[in-house]
Amino acid sequence: MSFILELDKVTKRFGGLVAVSAVDLRIEAGSISSVIGPNGAGKTTIFNTITGIYKPEEGEIRFDGKTIVGMRPDRITAQGMCRTFQNIRLFHNMTVLENIMVGGHTQTPSTAWGAVLRTRRFKQSEEDARQEAQRLLLYVGLPRGLGDQLARNLPYGQQRRVEIARALASKPKLILLDEPTAGMNPQETESATRLFRRLRDELGITVVLIEHDMKVVMGISERISVIDYGQKIAEGTPAEVRKDQRVIEAYLGRHAESTTISMH
Amino acid sequence: MSVQATSMNRFLRIFSGPFGALLMLLYAGAVTYLLTLDPRSLLGRLLLFSALALIYFIPQRPAVKFLLGAAIALMIIPAIGLRNPFLLEIGFQIAVFATLALGLNVVVGFAGLLDLGYVAFFAVGAYLWAFFGSQQIWHIDEAPGTFTVFATFPFPAWWFWIFIPLGTLAAAGMGILLGFPVLRLRGDYLAIVTLGFGEVIRVLANNLDKPINLTNGPQGITPIQRPPLPAFLISAELLATLSKWAGRPINENDVYGFFFYFLGLVILGLTIVIARRLDRSKLGRSWTAIREDDIAAVAMGVPLRRTKLTAFAIGAAFSGAMGVLYAANRTFVSPETFSLTASISILVMVILGGLGSIPGVVMGATVVTLLNIDVLQSLSLQLSSLRQGPDSIPLLGIPWKDLPTQLDPARYQRFFFGLLLILMMIFRPEGMVPAQRARLELHEGDAEGIPGAEIEGDITPDEKLAD
Amino acid sequence: MHLRRVNPFKEILRPLGQLLIFVVGSAAVISAITLLLAVLLRPTRSDIDILQVTLVLLPQVLIDGITLGFMYAIIAMGYTMVYGVLEFINFAHGEFVMFGAFAGVELLIWLNAQGVLKTAEVGLALVWITLAVVVGMVVAGGLAVTTERLAYRPLRGAPRLVPLIAAIGVSFLLQDTMRFLQSAINGDFYRTFPEFGPFAQRLTLFTVDMNGRPIDVAIQYKSIMLIAFGVVMLVALNYMVNATRLGKAIRSVAQDQKTAALMGIDVNRIIALTFLIGGALGGAAGVLWAFRFTRVDPYMGFIPGLKAFTAAVLGGIGSIVGAMLGGMVLGLLESFSAAYFSIFSNGAFGAEYKDIFAFGILILVLIFRPQGLLGGKTTQKA
Repeated sequence: MSFILELDKVTKRFGGLVAVSAVDLRIEAGSISSVIGPNGAGKTTIFNTITGIYKPEEGEIRFDGKTIVGMRPDRITAQGMCRTFQNIRLFHNMTVLENIMVGGHTQTPSTAWGAVLRTRRFKQSEEDARQEAQRLLLYVGLPRGLGDQLARNLPYGQQRRVEIARALASKPKLILLDEPTAGMNPQETESATRLFRRLRDELGITVVLIEHDMKVVMGISERISVIDYGQKIAEGTPAEVRKDQRVIEAYLGRHAESTTISMH
Repeated sequence: MSVQATSMNRFLRIFSGPFGALLMLLYAGAVTYLLTLDPRSLLGRLLLFSALALIYFIPQRPAVKFLLGAAIALMIIPAIGLRNPFLLEIGFQIAVFATLALGLNVVVGFAGLLDLGYVAFFAVGAYLWAFFGSQQIWHIDEAPGTFTVFATFPFPAWWFWIFIPLGTLAAAGMGILLGFPVLRLRGDYLAIVTLGFGEVIRVLANNLDKPINLTNGPQGITPIQRPPLPAFLISAELLATLSKWAGRPINENDVYGFFFYFLGLVILGLTIVIARRLDRSKLGRSWTAIREDDIAAVAMGVPLRRTKLTAFAIGAAFSGAMGVLYAANRTFVSPETFSLTASISILVMVILGGLGSIPGVVMGATVVTLLNIDVLQSLSLQLSSLRQGPDSIPLLGIPWKDLPTQLDPARYQRFFFGLLLILMMIFRPEGMVPAQRARLELHEGDAEGIPGAEIEGDITPDEKLAD
Repeated sequence: MHLRRVNPFKEILRPLGQLLIFVVGSAAVISAITLLLAVLLRPTRSDIDILQVTLVLLPQVLIDGITLGFMYAIIAMGYTMVYGVLEFINFAHGEFVMFGAFAGVELLIWLNAQGVLKTAEVGLALVWITLAVVVGMVVAGGLAVTTERLAYRPLRGAPRLVPLIAAIGVSFLLQDTMRFLQSAINGDFYRTFPEFGPFAQRLTLFTVDMNGRPIDVAIQYKSIMLIAFGVVMLVALNYMVNATRLGKAIRSVAQDQKTAALMGIDVNRIIALTFLIGGALGGAAGVLWAFRFTRVDPYMGFIPGLKAFTAAVLGGIGSIVGAMLGGMVLGLLESFSAAYFSIFSNGAFGAEYKDIFAFGILILVLIFRPQGLLGGKTTQKA
């Protein structure tokens, strides 16, 4: 059992506010896991801390055995970790293909000199990047001709897929998806869930989701971690978590009857 | 990409097809004729440059446009320049400032970093050649105004060619030096700091005449050498022939006018090519990405600091090269040229033309330069001739000669630039030739085989498993 | 929501106290460093005794620094208030200062032409000066509100670069507009503050014996007035911001515009008022500047504006108290550098470098302590 991502007692403070408090996390390589919890619990902050946007005040983060605390986000991406964002952060005035190609930055060897002199190696590298982007476009289930559309003209559901394609372009070993199905209708959610499975099965990528849609969470996750008020309050298989009293209370309030979390 | 049937587009459509090309040629010919009759005509010059702008917009194949543009830039302008050397000087200035604007465009337009002290890099290139291409080295320990001009120079004049790349490197180095501390700053702070840096360079240029005299202070450095011209270009026979064509005596100075005009065009052309190639490369995408959303860009693996530094360095490099040319052309540099107004006017060129848009920026530079050294000056000259005469301002009844000298249009650049910036920001922040459209337009004639943006309807993902 | 009980006495004493600490503290620190440098550099010059010269100049340098500091502090307040409310550096603030200065000076020139100034006694002269300051405040404040309405409000939601560039445009426009106005009025582009009253006279504080020569340490009445005006304005502003309803409204808009709007505050009006107050302060500073330096021209606002911005950043942008401290420190630093650079460097670097010094400080602060000496709003986005 090898853990591709390990968090040891990670704590993140903003001034007086403790956003993340002594969180432990162990993600197995090749698995799909979820991080859930009420709004504002600190899930995205955890993601931001893992990916290097924030530096934790305390704790250790190891990726593939290597410490990544304090590493710049772009270096972490080069190590093989990528993410999507809760409020889609595509580059709105670039085309879909260009967005994906930016995702492939760490995999594209071309240099500025090559660009200026238009060397054969540069042209080859650009062509490869473009073709790879096109391939990823199709892989995430987007129509072939979409590549030259400006990102901001796309409907919401397609934008989410572009974000995933962009993250895939960096050939990650681990991908962090922040609320990837938010705002999707049931069919879109269905096909998104299938995509996540394909990422694991076909590409061997470890997937970690932040999700609110319980159907997705329960249906796809091998393990679930529950965060509330910055702390991890429960962890386990879907069946275990569903029955955990603390989790029920966190979602439904102190005085809720003890009931299993319904799948809506 | 739908073509809006605006009146502008209808007008441009007149110039399509072979008939349109001919029409364009006729227009150019008409303006040329006008200028041949009156080489000093301001209207003629304005029409000539607007012809160049028009050529850019008309619906013709890129090859045709290039030929038309080349005809004007390489044949018509030099021909008129024979009669009126001022036209060549304007052409040179436009080339210089268009290059500077393209450099600033890389920093502001591509990478989104507002640099308000950009003229400092221009100064670096200019002063570099000013120092080494003049006799200043011999006067390091003398105060300004106390020394005489010798007949020889420490470095032979052909070193000019070596100093072009040197100036480029020096300016790029300065760009990196400036970049390092300011990279982490947010937009408005970056702007103020770069402005401060520009002022620092100007104050240094003004005051580095003691304890050692590097810049010769406010008096500036002169004479600065120009590169030697090949013998045949200044031979007596050639000069005589040219004089006959021009209808006035042509001397070495005039030949230099041509020389710098063409050299300026060459460097401008190189700059345009380099800027275009960078724009459509991984680096260009990285710049756009960090401009749009730097957190997302970094999360995708784009190294923020290095990418910004590269923008600074490249933007500065363009200026450094032109600085050397500028110093050699004028044979004189002084700190006055490198003021905040200059930095802002370059910014105006970029904003007016279109942030991030290469053709826009070149056009913006043309408009502002023409305004600066041509239109306002002409108005100014007209005003002073009115001042000599007995007439009064219509409606106000105040005689022209009583108008105070401070009310001189040539001095109100700040007013016009300020107004222009405000109006542009409120009404058309994307500029005359917006970058988006420029990009799409650039792809028009491309052979890259990108299909038009047709969405093939919503196909369910399962059908797409076959890669 | 009820206003917590404000003790007006406290709200006046507290800023006075802070001001005193800032002035005395920064003066002490900077003087100490300078004296240390003087001692260390003593052997480098044989023609003069650096330490002695330093000491002799010190009192005047201090006074100059403090008066300058007050002016920078007042201008910096305008910057910081606008920044606090809009997160926007009003690049054209220096031009509001300039307009205020011209307004006050034009009034005095007109009064002078009426023959009123020459004969004025101390009391009446004070009245005229105060009137000039008020006029300057009104003009500058009005200009600020107009500018906000015409040039900044349309750009309220735009990406950050856009209003900044517009502000640069406003700055340039105003400079040349004033030049145009001045040329039309008096044929030239600058004006001089009229001489009147006993202000140029000096009040001797004490005499010091330096190697047998008695040196008078004196302060111009002008400087006393400048300091007095400065203190009144800073305390008044502090009071307004901390102890009045308007101040509370401004602070809440500065903290969170959306919530303030939800609580029923008319955000547009508050922003306009902020510009009014900030501009008025700038105008007052302008008149005082003209009083001190006597010459006004259309470009006089630019560099002081930049330096006041440095002061605001130095103290902590968005913080009024920070602006006070920053202004004081910067004023003293500039005064000291203008006086001592040349002496310490044996003529190599003179007072011309004092501007670069200010910019250097700005850069250092922004690199090493972007939140300023007193903290304040976070300056970098997350």
